Amino acid sequence: MEASKLPGFLLRRGVKAAIVVLAIVICNFLLVHAAPGDPASVIAGQSGAADAVFLEQLRRQFGLDQPLYVQLWIYLKSVLSLDLGFSHRQQAPVAQLVLERLPATLLLTGAAFAFALAAGVTLGALAAQRVGRWADSVITVIALTFYATPLFWVGLMLVLVFSVWLEWLPSFGMSSVGVEMHGLEVVWDVAQHLLLPALTLGLFYLAVYARLTRATMLEVADQDFVKTARAKGVPEGRILRAHVLRNALLPVITFAGIQAGQLLGGSILVETVFAWPGIGRLAFEALLARDYPVLLGVFFCTSVMVVLFNLLTDMLYAIIDPRVEVAG
Amino acid sequence: MSLLRVDGLTVALPPGGDRPHAVEDVSFHVDAGEILCVVGESGSGKSISANAVMGLLPKGLPVRQGSIAFEGRELLSLAPEAMRKLRGERLAMIFQEPMTALNPLMRVGDQIAEVLRVHGSGADAARRVPELLAAVNLPDPAAIARSHPFRLSGGQRQRVMIAMALALEPALLIADEPTTALDVTTQMQILRLIREIQSRRGMGVLFITHDFGVVAEIADRVAVMQRGRIVEQGPAAEVLNRPQHSYTQALIAAVPHGAAQARAAITTAPVLELRGVEKTYRRGGFFGARAVVRAVHDADISLRQGETLGLVGESGSGKSTLARCVVRLVEPERGTIAYHGTDLRPLSRAGWKPYRRRIQMVFQDPYASLNPRRTVGDTIAEGPVTHGTPRAQALERARELLRLVQLDPGAMDRYPHEFSGGQRQRIGIARALAMEPELLIADEPVSALDVSVQAQVLALLAEIRARLGLTMLFITHDLRVAAQICDRVAVMQRGAIVEQGPTSEVFAAPRHAYTRQLLDSIPGRGWTPPEL
Repeated sequence: MEASKLPGFLLRRGVKAAIVVLAIVICNFLLVHAAPGDPASVIAGQSGAADAVFLEQLRRQFGLDQPLYVQLWIYLKSVLSLDLGFSHRQQAPVAQLVLERLPATLLLTGAAFAFALAAGVTLGALAAQRVGRWADSVITVIALTFYATPLFWVGLMLVLVFSVWLEWLPSFGMSSVGVEMHGLEVVWDVAQHLLLPALTLGLFYLAVYARLTRATMLEVADQDFVKTARAKGVPEGRILRAHVLRNALLPVITFAGIQAGQLLGGSILVETVFAWPGIGRLAFEALLARDYPVLLGVFFCTSVMVVLFNLLTDMLYAIIDPRVEVAG
Repeated sequence: MSLLRVDGLTVALPPGGDRPHAVEDVSFHVDAGEILCVVGESGSGKSISANAVMGLLPKGLPVRQGSIAFEGRELLSLAPEAMRKLRGERLAMIFQEPMTALNPLMRVGDQIAEVLRVHGSGADAARRVPELLAAVNLPDPAAIARSHPFRLSGGQRQRVMIAMALALEPALLIADEPTTALDVTTQMQILRLIREIQSRRGMGVLFITHDFGVVAEIADRVAVMQRGRIVEQGPAAEVLNRPQHSYTQALIAAVPHGAAQARAAITTAPVLELRGVEKTYRRGGFFGARAVVRAVHDADISLRQGETLGLVGESGSGKSTLARCVVRLVEPERGTIAYHGTDLRPLSRAGWKPYRRRIQMVFQDPYASLNPRRTVGDTIAEGPVTHGTPRAQALERARELLRLVQLDPGAMDRYPHEFSGGQRQRIGIARALAMEPELLIADEPVSALDVSVQAQVLALLAEIRARLGLTMLFITHDLRVAAQICDRVAVMQRGAIVEQGPTSEVFAAPRHAYTRQLLDSIPGRGWTPPEL
């Protein structure tokens, strides 16, 4: 992509992204309100005084007695002014709750994503290079095992092995409780806590990328330009890196870009298993408590993330593949 | 001592093939400063021989016997690393398909520089790359070097490939059908370029081709291959004009001879008249930039009963688009398409239906244009059955048609993959004829076929036309084919017809500069195939 086209591209894509986010916000709102049970009945049930008058009073207080389109309009107006509302259950602004939890989730998913991509592409490339030999079979078996095993089970097994039996790694939380630490000690501590959940979250995607990389590398290896490189006398190692792998990465990037969003969704389960203080767990708790504003806030935040990731993928793709016209 | 001497080379095919060896007991030599053309039809083993010299045979095709000596060294016993060092430095190769032979993600200049770098002269790259690009007559070498391959045309890419092959001044250049995928005018430029560079540097060239026209244009010596063996070799003039082996004679007899004989003018009533037909492709819009391509404009033609009109032009000239407009595979924006005086363009789908069976089409690619999951009988009978013919009757007719296109009626229950390219094209013709059309549109029906098969299919078309009184619109990029089969030709360039008239007149006295250029580019136009 030529650098001069970048601002226009970003502007056009920005407008489109905003429209997409708005549509998602509306869908989320309608979905959440289509679910049975409302916050008033949950609060009333928990306070033990569930008579009709109290319910009515609660509903009026939260604006739940208004028609749905009015509620939607009010919600949209506040979202547009970046006000995500107030959680009555947690007695805190939603934006604050989400932002507090966001870094932990980004750290977890980012680490898992980087691990899955790096290890997956490496394994896939190794398998493609040794296609049909034992190393290829071993990598295929490993990848398929991770592909077929449920996330939570992998998590539990990792905890069992590394925390309970070997006592190498902590099994829950993001940092050690009640220990005074400084500088690098904190980093080391968080890294230790991060390892198991990031592995758990990343293993499935590692399998996907390994399979995909292997398949596309074998496909690219048959193409004419690889033969051209060979006819030029380029050494095999360089053919693999500069010609085959680079071209084979294009579909992997496309796929990874789509999955970066799914990774955020997958983190709900892992955050619950490992008691990781991220937005996944926040969403889970909010769902149980029918805390609509928090739930909607989390949804909004994740959808913005997904749209951002897609935009980033497209830009990356346009930089790597010169044939891609950066049309808005 | 010859530059390259191949002796008794035998390469095995994987078990289960139609023959045990891809090439068998093949011997030839190339001297410095000469061009040896290896000619043969597809599957004759000519590419395998070339790849064996480069040490680029796939694993499934092992060398069983023979020797390949290059500059006195035996290549077959060379270690892989030593062979790699020779490739690109002393031995270079260019390929058939310029569109896929360059790495799409790498700048052209970097790809050329890579040859220099992997052979230890990367320091010169900045100076040598523009020099090399200039040497293959590419304009603005600096800008080309910075481009990615997708920005360049097929001819430009093939020039880049040649520049890359010549980077280290190899002693031997192997060219595997380097002009087959190119337009005829580009082909001529590339052939001249190879000739010129070869004579300037005294390189040896091993040139693989299937086209005797190209052989006549470029070869010093010729080797003819058939089913893995060399059946005849000798000096070009000798083989071209006095072929000894029956296979060579058959191949040369099948070459469409460029001369167009005068034909009686046809004065019957017009069947099809195209007036002011326009088709413009637009891309982009909403947010992106617009791109507009005028695929067809100023292309009026009229076709009389029983006449064959050839539509000739290079790729992208709009000839296929125009033909597709007639059968409404493409919908033009403007103009009239009059069939016996009725304008077909504004008709609805239902209104079109009666005309569907009277206008039929034969496509270029015999591999892609038949449904692989249907038997040949069903494929041929499908059209008539859709139009209300009872199935039994349609199948009976299909059997007759197979006989008409000289296929065994036993082919009815078989599937397309069981047939060769030429046989499939016959099936495609039978399918078109099943509708008993009055007008047949043939879109490059012989371009994907070997020359001997091409001659058979052309003869078949001529015979059917005479027998059934068909009117035919025949699209081709090959002027030799057009000369042989068409009563009149229309020359298309960039969406417009620049010249049309009786074939013999257009060939003898072309009026438009582009027509002259096309005719001058027919490979081997100085060679008249001998009467055999």
